[in-house]
Amino acid sequence: MESKKVIEAKGISKSFYDPILVKVLNDVTFAIHAGEFVSIMGKSGCGKSTLLYILSTMDTQYEGELLLDGTRMKDKSDADLAHVRNEKIGFVFQFHYLLNEFDNLHNVMLPGLKLGKHSKKEIEQKAYEKLKILGIEKEALKYPNQLSGGQKQRVAIARALINDPLIIMGDEPTGNLDKANSDIVFNIFKELAEEYHQSLLIVTHDQDFAANTQRTIIMEDGKILNTKD
Amino acid sequence: MKIGLIAEVSLALLTARLKQTLIAAIGVTFSITMFIALLSFMAGLNDLLDNLILNRTPHVRLYNEILPSPVQPIERSGSYPGAYHFIRHVKPKSELPEIKNSAAIIQALKKDPRVLGFAPKTTLPIFYNVGSINLTGMINGIEVDAENRLFTFQDYVVGGQTNDLKNTPNSIILGIGAAKKMLVQRGDIIQVTTAEGVRFQLKVVGFFQSGIEEIDKVQSYTTLATSRKMLGKPAGYITDLQIKLKDIALAPKAAQEYHHLFGTEAIDIQTANAQFETGSSVRTLISYAVGITLLIVAGFGIYNILNMMIYEKMDSIAILKAMGFSGRDVNAIFITIALTIGLAGGALGLVLGLGLSALIGQIPFNTPSLPTVETYPINYNPNFYIIGAVFSIITTYLAGYLPSRKAGKIDPVDIIRGK
Repeated sequence: MESKKVIEAKGISKSFYDPILVKVLNDVTFAIHAGEFVSIMGKSGCGKSTLLYILSTMDTQYEGELLLDGTRMKDKSDADLAHVRNEKIGFVFQFHYLLNEFDNLHNVMLPGLKLGKHSKKEIEQKAYEKLKILGIEKEALKYPNQLSGGQKQRVAIARALINDPLIIMGDEPTGNLDKANSDIVFNIFKELAEEYHQSLLIVTHDQDFAANTQRTIIMEDGKILNTKD
Repeated sequence: MKIGLIAEVSLALLTARLKQTLIAAIGVTFSITMFIALLSFMAGLNDLLDNLILNRTPHVRLYNEILPSPVQPIERSGSYPGAYHFIRHVKPKSELPEIKNSAAIIQALKKDPRVLGFAPKTTLPIFYNVGSINLTGMINGIEVDAENRLFTFQDYVVGGQTNDLKNTPNSIILGIGAAKKMLVQRGDIIQVTTAEGVRFQLKVVGFFQSGIEEIDKVQSYTTLATSRKMLGKPAGYITDLQIKLKDIALAPKAAQEYHHLFGTEAIDIQTANAQFETGSSVRTLISYAVGITLLIVAGFGIYNILNMMIYEKMDSIAILKAMGFSGRDVNAIFITIALTIGLAGGALGLVLGLGLSALIGQIPFNTPSLPTVETYPINYNPNFYIIGAVFSIITTYLAGYLPSRKAGKIDPVDIIRGK
């Protein structure tokens, strides 16, 4: 890979006292390059989600170094980290987390409005584009509770894309979906990676899903067991 | 842009729980309404009660009192320096409580720029002769026009005109309490005896009702000329000079000055009626305390609603934080919600408060002691509205502060992982 590293973890460890010392992550080191579609696999409790939340800057209680786009994330303030998340990271969770008070279009627009780089008109235009990529532009003016589970997840993906993030992070994004919808979502991710060169990091325990990504990181007991290309 | 976005999200959350929000806002509305109505009514009542006394009380009163000589002869002797003198044999002189050189004093007062006006008066103790018994009384000889202008004398005269007093020779406006005892009506002739034993016949042209029974039983009014006639004194004889100043606050200073300048006793309204000010301020204090208690209760309502909203919207808060809203932004969103409830509820409360006070102001209020008052008194002081608005904002801010801080500190990882 000749392209730059969008995210780099250097010896990340994390432990809890519960009530004895439990090491959840143990010296995790890896990097993701621009345009890569990477999945993290592992059994429940192996620390893969914990790792994702550390990489996403939402969890700041860890040892080691995290570099996002070449910048150190340690010692940044809450507001600075919020700004980093807003600008550089798009999230897709197992649950869609759409705000029922806003229509789908507005849900997609929210992170863009928060960033405030473009005018409201431009953001709306962009939101329509993203919804179009995901094939749900017709649902733009409906409210989240009027959509099916698969459609909601696609709106959530459009929301993750609105600020053209450096990387999209997913925590079991297909975990709540049936096979057909899972395939749709997976194909969207694949299309994003191949056509738009979007970097993606997806945590999953779905074997088929992981097998189709460019690279799979397999974790066990807080350590990276191996990496499959 | 950022403020607009926070406002937008706040509004969305507000409308999502419209019912609870409305209830919280109604709490604020109710308390502000009651606050305004209570204060307006209380202040109106205070003004009424104060005016009952203050309107008729001169700001400065000049008079003479029968006093012993302040310097006893033994004190003039140099033989006993530093000794305590207990020989006090020079008693007060026999003299009438006349203000001496009143013409010159009146000239000086006319030139004083602080003086709004003054009314000369003579007072003489008398007996009302009712059949075989005598009732003690007091006749005030007044200048009718000056009394009307400065002390709203006409307001307290029932069943008759003050002008009749001026136009009918040897007439009297009789205290209503005394009139009831004497069974007299307008146009009757009554007989009084002065302290010197002179009998006099006076025609009743009206009745005086102050609202204070003890006064109404005793006080009656004639013109200055009639009173001088009864005393057998020449024109220019007066015992009291009632002065009204342009600024009541200057009264104590002016009283001291006149005391030295004119050599008479001078008492100011603040000294003479200290208890009224105390009463007013205590009543005002109680109204404020009740009003603020109401607001605090409303504040707890807002606190509850916000807490509930935060528990319900935990997911929304988590995702907002995940997608780049900082703790401070989330805090601002919930403070905005609290302030919106406070502002909307408060504004409505101010309007309803005005309405309620206007309504109270229409309720008939007839009391024999206050002949000029027909409805409940209301004071439409804009300050109450300003205080109400400021307090509604402060209490809602305080009520929103803790829940908002909690919302700002929510860890999105805890929520998202908990699913």
